[in-house]
Amino acid sequence: MTDPSRQPPSNQPWRWALIGLAVVVLAGAFAYVAGWLTPQRLSSRRLVDTLQEGGGVHPGFRRNHAKGVCVVGYFESNGEAASYSTASVFAAGSRTPVVGRFALPGGNPYAPDSSVPIRSFALRFALPHGEQWRTGMNSMPVFPVATPQAFYDQLVATLPDPATGKPDPKKAGAFFASHPETGAFLAWVKTAKPSASYVTETYEALNAFYFVDGTGKRHAVRWKVTPVATDDAGTGPQAGDPDYLAKDLQQRLAQGPLRWHLRVTLAEPGDPTNDATKQWPADRHTIDAGTLVIESEQPQDSGPCRDVNYDPTIVPEGIAISDDPLLPARSAAYAVSYLRRTSEEAHLPGAARATTPSEHP
Amino acid sequence: MNAKHATYPGAFHPLARLLHWLMALLILTMLFVGVGMVSTVSEKHQWLLALHKPLGVTIFVLALIRLAVRWRHPPPPLPADMPLLMQWVAHASHWVLYALMLSLPLVGWAMLSAGGYPISLGGSWHLPPLLSFDGETYAWLRVTHRWLAYLLFVTVLGHMGAALYHGLIRRDDVLPSMTFPRRETVVVEPVIVTPTASEPPSSEPPRV
Ligand code: HEM
Ligand code: HEM
Ligand code: HEM
Repeated sequence: MTDPSRQPPSNQPWRWALIGLAVVVLAGAFAYVAGWLTPQRLSSRRLVDTLQEGGGVHPGFRRNHAKGVCVVGYFESNGEAASYSTASVFAAGSRTPVVGRFALPGGNPYAPDSSVPIRSFALRFALPHGEQWRTGMNSMPVFPVATPQAFYDQLVATLPDPATGKPDPKKAGAFFASHPETGAFLAWVKTAKPSASYVTETYEALNAFYFVDGTGKRHAVRWKVTPVATDDAGTGPQAGDPDYLAKDLQQRLAQGPLRWHLRVTLAEPGDPTNDATKQWPADRHTIDAGTLVIESEQPQDSGPCRDVNYDPTIVPEGIAISDDPLLPARSAAYAVSYLRRTSEEAHLPGAARATTPSEHP
Repeated sequence: MNAKHATYPGAFHPLARLLHWLMALLILTMLFVGVGMVSTVSEKHQWLLALHKPLGVTIFVLALIRLAVRWRHPPPPLPADMPLLMQWVAHASHWVLYALMLSLPLVGWAMLSAGGYPISLGGSWHLPPLLSFDGETYAWLRVTHRWLAYLLFVTVLGHMGAALYHGLIRRDDVLPSMTFPRRETVVVEPVIVTPTASEPPSSEPPRV
């Protein structure tokens, strides 16, 4: 390819500088978008790092809601929600397999069951054609904060003081004083008692979602599961036993399946969809969409919920996420926690080593 | 059979050039979308993730089409005065780029399968799982997806630097061969158009 009209090579410095500039600008933009140049920006990694600071690093365990137990069952729809959502899980008479998990909030997998008055229930519904619906619910009527930044600030303000091992009351107090939206949660938690059983609790999704009906119309909703069991058929807390919840569950399941109603509350215009600190008025129309039946339980280190990331933004056609700012933050942070704990199970280079199930205390 | 195309024998086929620039745009977008979405906790996380998966599948399909076009219309040779080692690096880096644009989407798909996730490409359109549900496999593939993406980005940086080196320093035919080939670089004799010629005449001397 000899070309007499070709220009001769040129070594002028500005030409080299231009090439260097192009490479540096592109690499810099990449690093900026990845958040590598702005460690102070709130990122999914930073949220999970802070959770770890509070709860400690327990290889293989979730970075929050670390202590828990797997359950398996199904959801039986009665068709009541089908006129609001096209999701096949709501079709009349349909039965959808469920893998769930009961847990305690907090990053310590060995926390005594009586240490917090909150329990959680996560569900993964396996719909036909590869669709799934995942939800994580807490046994409380409101969330303390409305935004990821406030959640992060709360985590930092309530980190254990290295001197006492307990949160510094001054810092925590200052946080709550400057965050009046935490008021409803604080009022509730003052009287809340750790329950004697997982199965007598009501679990609330707290974040708002949309149901999408056959005409494409969106209905703002919040859902919860309410227990059928309200009696004290279980073992209840035994003096000095930090793990009574799992035993209670085992004992109750030995007597037969456990049931919850899935209740869906429809918003009225003006009800906030982006603020999990605010309850919707009690008179809002609520439908009973069907029955959740739990048939068996398994320890979380060998059960089918172990490697499930209960990311609440995984929803089927017929359900959509709302503008609640907690939802994308949960999705991003759960993915980080999930990768860390599965990397520890897999003994990836650089990951802390998770003990094998038999080594777990 | 290197300079097969009649109009610009020293250049890539126009379709190859179109695909190159379209895919360069898509792949750079994907790399930025990828690192951005895993970092942010804002609502961007959701729509970037929703964009990432169908775009990744598009890149995979376009890469297959591109290889077919390449096979049908082989690329022009590198300038003969390029040092052999430089030629070797150029060719090797091109194959690395092709390998990554095919493997990254496959690893993405496989990793979501191993994580037990639904692999939605928008609406109710789902890909079937490639692997069975296994958290440890997920971790390996997820970390592989990350490092292959970083490798792709570094290779693209080097590739862009090399292309600009050809265009600004060496000032040879390499950059024009992928952009706007100069007609005056054509070394073939004027093309004689015969009504029946379906195959463009070759610039190479006939074999004996
Ligand atoms: C920005 C706010 C939040 C952050 C950063 C956060 C963070 C986390 C993390 C990192 C996990 C562990 C995930 C895993 O490894 O699979 C987790 C679990 C969980 N979170 Fe959140 N969370 C937030 C808000 C909420 C809210 C509003 C709810 C209540 C409805 C909630 C309920 C749960 C439940 C039920 C689990 C346990 C899921 C399971 O059993 O696997 N979280 N959270
Ligand atoms: C994501 C970005 C990019 C990718 C994945 C990519 C990929 C490729 C590949 C695979 C080839 C080899 C073609 C073949 O032999 O079949 C190629 C050639 C080429 N690319 Fe790119 N490219 C990218 C960006 C760029 C940029 C930004 C430039 C210029 C500034 C550029 C300039 C060139 C040139 C000049 C060639 C021709 C090299 C030759 O003659 O062998 N590319 N590119
Ligand atoms: C050329 C194609 C692709 C490129 C260049 C690419 C690039 C990336 C990058 C740079 C990341 C961030 C990695 C990190 O920082 O850890 C990422 C994450 C991700 N990619 Fe891809 N990707 C491609 C194709 C795909 C495909 C086809 C899928 C799925 C079908 C996919 C699914 C994902 C998911 C789900 C994540 C984030 C997971 C998490 O939040 O942990 N990718 N990708």
